[in-house]
Amino acid sequence: MEHLQFEFECSGNREDSQQATLSGVVSSGNLEVMLENADLNGLCRINVSTSAQGFGEIWQAVLNDFVARYNLANLQISINDGGATPAVVCLRLDQAMEEYLEIST
Amino acid sequence: MSDLSGIRRGHSYYEATARDRISKLLDSNSFQELIGPAERIASPHLEPLGQPCSFNDGIIIGTGNLNGLPVLIASQEGGFMGGSVGEVHGAKLTGLLERAVDEKPAAVLLLLESGGVRLHEANAGLIAISEVIRALLTTRKSGIPVLGLIGGAYGCFGGMGIVARCCDALIINEEGRLGLSGPDVIETTMGVEEFDSTDRALVWRTVGGKHRYLLGEVQCLVEDDIEAFRAAAIEIIDKVQPLSLESLEQENLVLSQRLANYGHSQDGAEIWGAMGIADPQKLPLMDIPSFLKAVEGKVQGNL
Repeated sequence: MEHLQFEFECSGNREDSQQATLSGVVSSGNLEVMLENADLNGLCRINVSTSAQGFGEIWQAVLNDFVARYNLANLQISINDGGATPAVVCLRLDQAMEEYLEIST
Repeated sequence: MSDLSGIRRGHSYYEATARDRISKLLDSNSFQELIGPAERIASPHLEPLGQPCSFNDGIIIGTGNLNGLPVLIASQEGGFMGGSVGEVHGAKLTGLLERAVDEKPAAVLLLLESGGVRLHEANAGLIAISEVIRALLTTRKSGIPVLGLIGGAYGCFGGMGIVARCCDALIINEEGRLGLSGPDVIETTMGVEEFDSTDRALVWRTVGGKHRYLLGEVQCLVEDDIEAFRAAAIEIIDKVQPLSLESLEQENLVLSQRLANYGHSQDGAEIWGAMGIADPQKLPLMDIPSFLKAVEGKVQGNL
């Protein structure tokens, strides 16, 4: 298992929602993504627990893209990963964000 | 253009995730999760083994309404480690059933999809299963119906197969499978001559939804549609008989008759023939309405 943490400075805000959203299932080549509000001083923090070791740079690249798309501050994202490919990770993140924004508004 | 007229409408139970099943089975927006993912009550045993955990530990539990009636509900996620029962997973299920004794809902719905005990957690998982069974029977004894719904890709096997058969009633689709040892386990331990787990027709004749319905182990056989499961659950709640010594003795009698009648049979189809069903070989290919018509009056143990 490898545990990675990424932090991004973000400026975007959204309506407050107390409810966490969860998308996806932890299985082979799949992952679950949880989104929660958190008081992070303008940061978006992403914690990844993954069974695939040594892919920190790839995570960084995928998450750079994701954060550039949404730019949401004070957001805690927690990921349990069963070795998903970058494309699946992108898809799940977008899916999770779609649900999160739906609940928030 | 392809002809899409044969594609069934609705929401497949088989293909849905545990969470989707809950939201489409219950009255809309009535579900309130207990011990949700944000509480991070995950398995402590997986990390040391280098296995990723899940914030739900593979089971979602909570309260909601079914046709306006308050119910408690649990839904196992087969995609996470085959829906296997670890310590936390089992404790959530036990806790939900114990809560039912206090809260007295109209029913407890168990959406079962599990290969049984999570072997990574060995004894903790085995103990969890026995705790679930005890809690389930206590719930039934206090007059609350416990319904099991089976129809996911991973079937319902091992300890959860036992839990399923402890329920008041079961609802299954054709795709659903119910058993103790799963096909792979039988093949691994007894050899391919005994049971070829890659023979899908054989697997379904042995543990599939139609066979379980014919044996009277499952009370309701429905289309693979969450709405059909919902309708069956609503209908069945009122028909559940209280758990009593008499009902157990009656069940014992049915089981011993079954053993005497079919114990020597080598194949599901042989049993169906012995039940007096014409053309038993044709049953696996029938759609649900034709199947139910063909076997009408032949099935014991239905509510």
